[in-house]
Amino acid sequence: MTGPMPTIRFDGVSKCFGEKQVLDNVSFDVPQGGVCCILGRSGTGKSVTLKLLMGLLKPDSGNILMNDLQIEALDSAHLVKARKNMGFLFQYSALFDSMTVAENVAFPLRRHTSMSEKDIQGTVRERLKAVGLENDLDQMPLELSGGMRKRAGLARALALDPSILLVDEPSSGLDPITTMEIDTLLLGLKSAGKTTIVVVTHNMTSARRIGDLLVVLSEGHIVAQGTVGEMDQSNIAVVRDFMSATRGD
Amino acid sequence: MSTTEATSSGLIGTLFTEAGSLSQFALQSVRATFRRPFEFREIIQQTYMVGWRSLPLIVTSGLAIGVVLSMHTRAVMERFGAEALIPSALAIALIGETGPLMTGLLVAGRVGAGIGAELGGMRVTEQIDALESLAVDSVHYLAVTRIIACMIALPILTTVMNFSGLAGGYMAESAVSGITMKAYFHHAFETLGFLEYIMPTVKTVVFGFIIGTVSSYLGYTATGGSKGIGRASTMSVVPSSMLLIFINVLLVRIIFILFPAGAL
Repeated sequence: MTGPMPTIRFDGVSKCFGEKQVLDNVSFDVPQGGVCCILGRSGTGKSVTLKLLMGLLKPDSGNILMNDLQIEALDSAHLVKARKNMGFLFQYSALFDSMTVAENVAFPLRRHTSMSEKDIQGTVRERLKAVGLENDLDQMPLELSGGMRKRAGLARALALDPSILLVDEPSSGLDPITTMEIDTLLLGLKSAGKTTIVVVTHNMTSARRIGDLLVVLSEGHIVAQGTVGEMDQSNIAVVRDFMSATRGD
Repeated sequence: MSTTEATSSGLIGTLFTEAGSLSQFALQSVRATFRRPFEFREIIQQTYMVGWRSLPLIVTSGLAIGVVLSMHTRAVMERFGAEALIPSALAIALIGETGPLMTGLLVAGRVGAGIGAELGGMRVTEQIDALESLAVDSVHYLAVTRIIACMIALPILTTVMNFSGLAGGYMAESAVSGITMKAYFHHAFETLGFLEYIMPTVKTVVFGFIIGTVSSYLGYTATGGSKGIGRASTMSVVPSSMLLIFINVLLVRIIFILFPAGAL
């Protein structure tokens, strides 16, 4: 792959859980400021790929490079440091249920910055406004709908202005309008060019809208990767099935 | 190999594996204790949750235990005409063993189950992963703070249990013999030395470590949705209590050897 130096390099990564081989020799690169969409049927290792990138899981073999750091080789102290430049939106948001929405977003700012409380409150409002939750600061996560939780999770993931954003199924269970809003937010980050984004999604409309690189996983292998145009031309059955899902063929 | 043999060898294997993982988790927690940031705010909050919220249970149990122990002691002492020794006997029994052990077991039940369920819930809803993703050492933030809170709260709760027990004993005794409070407490403490009070109370710091570590470990390693949370909660009580009773025997022996004056 030509172009800018990759910010993310997933190189020959394999991962097993017990007898089950979830990823087998998977490799892909994401250039700085690019958006990579990982596609595949449920249970093909997409979320595991994100957790490996975040260092929440260790690969059985292969290398994971993020911003020139070899993630799988870092000890816990260095991993904590590396994660300050990374944001993660979990599939079910994983908001801290003992904190309000505002406290969730303020949490990383309080821990990792020396900002004054006033500045923290300002940043929290700004982040929540960006996801349309400026009127829900004091709500508890359990009082929010699924879509609102997802947006709050995204605001928390973006709190520290990460250079790498990992997003796990941002549109699952959301209405098309909320999906579009989240896509617009991700496109905004993309156009600013400072954030490299990896998105796991089933939503082909979203993938077409935001993805520079599409990676299709099937049974732990990458069956195809390329731009939307290249994937539309693919003769591989799984890829064709995915790509035709939005065209209504 | 018969099915029964295979099952029991499997169980023993699982037991050793779990014991090994628990020891590793305990070691990881001890190491993390000395790493910055020290999470003082979270420790204070957890100490409040463990200590303050356990007070009603400890005070009520202490009073009841004091009354019952006093009645049993009187029944025995009366046979030998040694009623004057009842306050001392009660103080020795309570402060030396009953108070610390009962406090440990009660806290293991109330707090251990709570920690197991809370951390188990956080694990299955990916909140622990979310903490890690926000560049926070989750063992440090969640487990170490709860372990330290248990270690701080246990000696304080034991002291409350001891005095509640003595108060219960006084109520029972004054109803029967009309002894004054001053005379009762004077007799209760006249045979107790400083070390005899301190050593059994200080050993509850170890009980706190056991309760905090076992329940945090089980919550931390919970899997399988709400069933897993329930299992972590229940399991936090049983191994904590068993380990606590076993370690108590060792600690009493160690206190006897190292501090003969502190042995009752």
